[in-house]
Amino acid sequence: MKKLLFQSTLGMVLLLFSSNLFAQDEDLLKLLGNEKTKKERVKYAFKSPRVINGHSMEFLNPGTMDFRILHRFGQLNQGYKNFFGLDQASMRMGFDFGILHNLMFGVGRSTYKKELDAFIKYAPIRQSTGPWSSPVTFALVSGITMDGTPWADPNRKNFYTSRLAYYFEAIIGRKFSEAFTLQIAPTMVHKNIVPFEKDPNNIYALGIGGRLKLSKRVAFTWDYTHVVIGMPDSGYYNPLSIGFDIETGGHVFQLHFSNSTGMNEKAFITETTSRWGKAEVRFGFNLSRVFQIKKKKVGK
Amino acid sequence: MKNLLVTILGVVITMNCIGQKYYTKNAKINFDATTPSSPEKVEGINRTATCVIDTKSGAMQFVALMKSFEFERALMEEHFNENYVESSKFPKAEFKGELKDNEEIDYSKDGTYTVKVKGILTMHGVSNEVKTDAKIIILNGKISATAEFSAKLEDYKISIPGLVADKVAKSAKITVSCSLEPLKN
Repeated sequence: MKKLLFQSTLGMVLLLFSSNLFAQDEDLLKLLGNEKTKKERVKYAFKSPRVINGHSMEFLNPGTMDFRILHRFGQLNQGYKNFFGLDQASMRMGFDFGILHNLMFGVGRSTYKKELDAFIKYAPIRQSTGPWSSPVTFALVSGITMDGTPWADPNRKNFYTSRLAYYFEAIIGRKFSEAFTLQIAPTMVHKNIVPFEKDPNNIYALGIGGRLKLSKRVAFTWDYTHVVIGMPDSGYYNPLSIGFDIETGGHVFQLHFSNSTGMNEKAFITETTSRWGKAEVRFGFNLSRVFQIKKKKVGK
Repeated sequence: MKNLLVTILGVVITMNCIGQKYYTKNAKINFDATTPSSPEKVEGINRTATCVIDTKSGAMQFVALMKSFEFERALMEEHFNENYVESSKFPKAEFKGELKDNEEIDYSKDGTYTVKVKGILTMHGVSNEVKTDAKIIILNGKISATAEFSAKLEDYKISIPGLVADKVAKSAKITVSCSLEPLKN
């Protein structure tokens, strides 16, 4: 009796086993075992390589060119007489190029101070998932600006280098979710020449920028830079921009309000003279159009 | 004791009868939504889809990672992932179906067959029935299969905004080709 019980139990177990094998038949893909998770870059943290004014943790794709037209209008508090600032505009035209997934450069020209600027941006670490991944993107930006206005005093000995200023920036950013991205950007601006003797040549600042996606094509963005060391005593303020990114298929429109006029790092970090508190805010937009210069090879 | 032996034998036989499976992890899926009024090719290729076919039952399954679709234009790839298929929300496309006239195929010798395939395609979180013809070539113990069908984007709740509506086809042509090898358990 015992023996029979044992046999039938064994038989049942084996049957169960074999029916298990049949059950696996249902999902053939399971037969291949679990895929090893691969390291994968986290993409599309921002719609554009710029948050609003400042650089974002995102890069242009290799082989693309971003043609950027930036406008900053006059102050809203000018009222109807200047149509709330829209009668005046300051602009910057820029061309940015994506070389590698983590390397890009760009040049631009602003009407404000007739400034030329150029930068190079590189990310040694990009946010990724999977083995050996990094929770954040770490990017470095180095840029130069050149003032194009005539010399204030043509009679004194003027040096070409007096027109130049430099900026160095580190960006540490993370795309926390599909909707939310946050980054901080310690920045240093060096001006070769400053208006007054007591003004510092080196300015240290901390940028905080982010994005909150509201829908597939619209996002709320903000971009604030706090000057930590080196703000001149009076008349200068920290730049804050808030706005919306709207993606229309081929273009990205960044519509925003900001208290800064400048559109390069030196100008908006160290030369913002308006205040949010006094409604000295400007409407502005960045229009970005990405062109594919070199097509990616996907083959047949 | 005799009973036990019979049971074991029976189980062994059933296990053997489960039949041969063939698979690949490099199936190619081509996605084409170009229309005559598209200014550029709207075409993506995925080369790393997985496919398994059970030659005994004719059951077959496909799975493809949406993020693995590559486009010539980076912006198109971005829009594909971010706006259309929403690949972070719906990372995979899966097809589960069967070869209708499986018993007519002799997998043991070389030959070419055209068979009907029927199954369910799940993409962007929506499942729809797909029916198409597949061409199956048996050569030196390996199976090559190709199939083509079209998927209406609307059926998968993939919406195209009005601004680009005439530049993207309403229905995408999907071409699948793969070469399968025997799966060793």
